[in-house]
Amino acid sequence: MNLNKVLKGLLVAVPVLTLAACSSNNDTDAGASNEVVNQPVQAVDQGMSDAEQLRQQLEALRQQNTIYFDFDKSTIRSEFASVLDAHAAFLRARTTISVTVEGHTDARGTPEYNIALGERRAQSVQSYLANLGVAAGQLSVVSYGEEKPVDAGNTEDAFAKNRRAVLVY
Amino acid sequence: MTMILKWIGKTAIFALAVVAIQAKASLEIVITEGVDSARPIAIVPFTFVGQNQPSQNISQIVAADLMRSGKFNPVNVMRMPQQPQNSSQFNAAAWAKTGIEAVVMGTVKEVGLDRYTINYELVDVVKANGGVGQPMMNAAGRIVAGANHILHSSEITIAGKLFRQYAHRVSDVIYEKLTGERGAFSTKIAYVLVRDKQEYRYQLVVADYDGENEQVLLRSKEPLMSPTWSPDGTKLAYVTFERKQSQIYIQDVYTARRSILTSFKGINSAPIWSPDGRKMAMTLSKDGNTEIYVMDIASKSLNRLTNHRAIDTEPNWAPDSQSVLFTSERGGNPQLYTVDINTKATTRVTFDGEQNLAGKYTPNGQAIVMVNRTNGQYNIARMDRTTRQMQVLTRTYLDESPSIAPNGSMIIYSTLHGSSQVLALVSMDGRFKARLPAVNGRVKSPAWSPFL
Repeated sequence: MNLNKVLKGLLVAVPVLTLAACSSNNDTDAGASNEVVNQPVQAVDQGMSDAEQLRQQLEALRQQNTIYFDFDKSTIRSEFASVLDAHAAFLRARTTISVTVEGHTDARGTPEYNIALGERRAQSVQSYLANLGVAAGQLSVVSYGEEKPVDAGNTEDAFAKNRRAVLVY
Repeated sequence: MTMILKWIGKTAIFALAVVAIQAKASLEIVITEGVDSARPIAIVPFTFVGQNQPSQNISQIVAADLMRSGKFNPVNVMRMPQQPQNSSQFNAAAWAKTGIEAVVMGTVKEVGLDRYTINYELVDVVKANGGVGQPMMNAAGRIVAGANHILHSSEITIAGKLFRQYAHRVSDVIYEKLTGERGAFSTKIAYVLVRDKQEYRYQLVVADYDGENEQVLLRSKEPLMSPTWSPDGTKLAYVTFERKQSQIYIQDVYTARRSILTSFKGINSAPIWSPDGRKMAMTLSKDGNTEIYVMDIASKSLNRLTNHRAIDTEPNWAPDSQSVLFTSERGGNPQLYTVDINTKATTRVTFDGEQNLAGKYTPNGQAIVMVNRTNGQYNIARMDRTTRQMQVLTRTYLDESPSIAPNGSMIIYSTLHGSSQVLALVSMDGRFKARLPAVNGRVKSPAWSPFL
């Protein structure tokens, strides 16, 4: 995951990271990351407005806004640390921006238990970001349990995609 | 609109189509198991006398009700030795050979503009043949002495539009006379219907227990969850996400008027009325963790019952209202516990299986119905509270949201069939099983009403 590098680049050097560069590669994480990394960031566009910069930052963050969880677990797997680090860096720099963490589960178990489990997952993300210095006022959580699957299928694959927390700006 | 009743025996596969005129029903029933063990009964088609036949057929509705109860197997007319209109035409000897236990017969007479007089009788075949005592028939097989073989007879004059409602009352009477247990055919179910392609994709629906007379109480773009009935059957409490957070509402089923009950920060979930209707148990996370609370509905004052960092949810009142059953993962995995509402003393209830969730007391308090996870499979199970014996009742996939009929005979729950969520029924002994697939959409969170 090189999102963090990308975000640091955005925040520090204000690079010309076009929308196209991100969105054209959103099928695969690796492809997007490699392309970004290979792009030199020295071409600083002094003229880019803050609003435009923010738009681009948010666009990049939205590309990687989902944290996946193991069955019946709410602990954050280490592979998602860099994603959350990037969001934390952005939120620390942009204290007027707030984010809602949505917690979701797969279809196994009961809907009422899953609402609680989804909140646990969202809270895990919330405390991870808070520990990285994001102000409490910028963070809120909502759990949808098993009510809003991204994949309505009932395979292990679909379950894995649905066990998630999503950072929504 | 045709409601299809299918039942599959060991040797015969046949289908009975019951024409239902209410074109609204979106649930049909497919009985998958249990007719072999059901008691044979004959519902003789009621004789109609008049010009304008009403659209609803009482004897067909009664037959469908009794079949759905899982306790009776209404036989095909081909197996009836005769089709008597009343008990004076009843040939006891002819029926004795059929193995059929009881016969329902009747007439519908048109007596005015949309006015019909309905007569029916319920006859016990064994008693009509003298039972263990002496025969009460003459040489022609007609009954000559006594009338105790007539378990019930009734006459009423009603409008055609009340036929379906009245038919369910007839089913209630027949069921009670033959089983000693109150019938639950005049009840309703509430459920959530999800139609993914519609803008207001989540619908809160109330229908007759057989899926007829559907009434949409609420449509929402955001999820609706956990409908539950007030003990008097006039209101539903449910969870809505319409404001992008969970909130508990109470809605009147008849006026559709609704009011917000809770909108605390965090989770507002799993409402359930106390047996006296004055309190609502619920799950809230306003104090950090999901905990069980009891709210006095009038004053909105809260009594917190649990205090544990683990997930605590799915409260269910004990019949004596002194304790609440709930799901907690404080032992590592979700299991059922009870908490005393006064002392807050907590006791673990279930130990069998990897997980046990969504516990519900049966109406007589003798058993607990729950979702059990064993070998990764989620099924409906019942635990006897005295023997602690656990019986898994279903073999369906991803079962959840069990709700018990007010007479304790049947459990309705949500399950996965094929790729879609459907409602299903299983009898309390696990022998009778049926599916209620939706004609259009996914169906979940069923809640069986109290007696109405």
